[in-house]
Amino acid sequence: MSITITVPQDAVALGLGANRVARAIFSGAERRGLDVRIVRTGTRGLLWLEPMVEVATPEGRIAYGPVTPADVESLLDANLVEGGEHALRLGDPEKIPFLARQHRLTFHRCGVVDPVSVEDYRAHGGYRGLEAALKLDAEGVVAQVRDSGLRGRGGAGFPAGIKWNTVMLARSDQKYVVCNADEGDSGTFADRIMMEGDPFNLIEGMTIAAVATGATRGYIYCRSEYPQSFRTLRDAIANGVKAGVLGDDILGSGKSFHLEVRLGAGAYICGEETSLLESLEGKRGIVRAKPPIPALKGFLGKPTLVNNVMTFTAVPWIMEHGARSYADYGMGRSLGTLPIQLAGNIKHGGLIEYAFGITIRQVIEEFGGGTASGRPVRAVQVGGPLGAYFPDALLDTPLDYEAMAARKGLVGHGGIVVFDDTVDMARQARFAFEFCAAESCGKCTPCRIGATRGVETMDKVISGIRPEANLELVEDLCEIMTDGSLCAMGGLTPMPVMSAITHFPEDFSRTGTLPAAAE
Amino acid sequence: MANAEPWNATRAAGIVAELQSLEGATLPILHALQETFGYIDAEAVPMIAEALNLSRAEVHGCLTFYHDFRREPPTGRHHVKLCRAEACQAMGSDRLHGEILSRMGCGWHGTSADGVTVEPVYCLGLCANGPAALVDDEPLARLSAESLDAALKEVRA
Repeated sequence: MSITITVPQDAVALGLGANRVARAIFSGAERRGLDVRIVRTGTRGLLWLEPMVEVATPEGRIAYGPVTPADVESLLDANLVEGGEHALRLGDPEKIPFLARQHRLTFHRCGVVDPVSVEDYRAHGGYRGLEAALKLDAEGVVAQVRDSGLRGRGGAGFPAGIKWNTVMLARSDQKYVVCNADEGDSGTFADRIMMEGDPFNLIEGMTIAAVATGATRGYIYCRSEYPQSFRTLRDAIANGVKAGVLGDDILGSGKSFHLEVRLGAGAYICGEETSLLESLEGKRGIVRAKPPIPALKGFLGKPTLVNNVMTFTAVPWIMEHGARSYADYGMGRSLGTLPIQLAGNIKHGGLIEYAFGITIRQVIEEFGGGTASGRPVRAVQVGGPLGAYFPDALLDTPLDYEAMAARKGLVGHGGIVVFDDTVDMARQARFAFEFCAAESCGKCTPCRIGATRGVETMDKVISGIRPEANLELVEDLCEIMTDGSLCAMGGLTPMPVMSAITHFPEDFSRTGTLPAAAE
Repeated sequence: MANAEPWNATRAAGIVAELQSLEGATLPILHALQETFGYIDAEAVPMIAEALNLSRAEVHGCLTFYHDFRREPPTGRHHVKLCRAEACQAMGSDRLHGEILSRMGCGWHGTSADGVTVEPVYCLGLCANGPAALVDDEPLARLSAESLDAALKEVRA
């Protein structure tokens, strides 16, 4: 029988040479006359160890990493195929503390299964959630989602059950389920890891949503910056149709669900759900005023359930294990688990799925192992480019929607970006405006003009031109953007700006031209 | 991009016809045209407008809204996208980009003498392994000026 070796083809692993590693293992094994089967998985999310190669032995899987193409010969010489000793040997991957300490509900198959194999997905417990959902009526499924406490994981944190219920009750000849896979926030990659590592979890979650709401068609809107995710989704959907888990009569239920993946075209604003729908309809991705809400008038004017990748992928587990089991994780009104993405200047970056309530400091210290540069942490941006910069004094804040909001921050999509003490916060504040100016859809004035004025005014502050008066102007601008913008892009850009000014005032009061920052 | 075909209206009409029945077909059509020809020729605008029963202004508006779509044939044979977002900044991307651009002898959106077009991008999802880049759609993590040179050598080979 052949020996199975897994080599990730997650974008991070590919970016670190995984394809060359796979080819080297294949040719090296062939030369040695070893019968090896290479499976391309996603990543488990221990990203500093990628490419992490695993071999299936009678005692379970043994991991090695990070493996470069140059390591492969010595690994094969060290009897990799039987889990032999080597400097890169990590042992049982599930015993690595970074992974062992997590609450892996949604991500438990990621990095384990062949992402595009329906058979492998089912062998690892896949489609039990849909089977459970098919035994209930629509109200029963929606009640499970509601009772789990699941809130939209895309950033806004709106209760998923309410959205599902609205679409379920809407009357229409056609309804849609749309997945927002336009994960544009810097420091976030949970959606990407899921789409590349366990796309059937997303497909199953969307199918459950379709069954519950009466939708028969669905779209995944995937951003173009994720070419690997797009390819994996396309292949998974094609295999799903062949296997009868998508299309007409799914799992012999008599119900049909037709799913298609669509590619965005490089516009951050399309992560906003109404812009996304406009884009999906073939228009400029310009925000729609609400109401009407997409649940009643969404894609092509029909009732549409729009959820994020992480929201849909939480559902199969909830349906299989019950709402109560999911709600047992978390704190306050933030229930279940949060896929946390730890990034930036960090030694052990990666994906951490953990119950809501873990503090930012715990994530950075207990999982991250400090900065990559070895210098002290100075600022941490939580929740993407529209999230606040926190100083050390706020790092004991628990990751919980309400606790973060109370400190003028947000959970967002769960991204944590660490900066060391070389960061210049005035430049980060300027960048927040610059990003907003580049990515604003342009529909409303506070965002379109405010962001450009913000860059100009911050430039004056940085060059020491009447810094106090100009900072006051920045604060005014922020107030207008917060109160007057149509969506979160303009409405939240003030969050990184104001948090930088509030928590790091010393970076805004220097006079004269700054030396090039971060040197 | 290296294999782009020269613009051909008949071939383009065939691509439009093949995709026009999709719901919200504009983006899939624009992507398919750009994949085939490396850009979207002005001739495509009335073609798409007619097929989808839209005004030319609507198609033009869509074509010009998104960062990805090019309206001129690409000047470079290869394409590099460098991530300028916060997580990469935290790993010194700003300084690295300065070095890369000066080695290439061009600015953002420019093309080097040896045919590499360089564009900014905001997040590739490689944020725990930054700085990051895409070289002709292939990801590159823990980017350095040297590793970018090596990757470009590989795609040219």
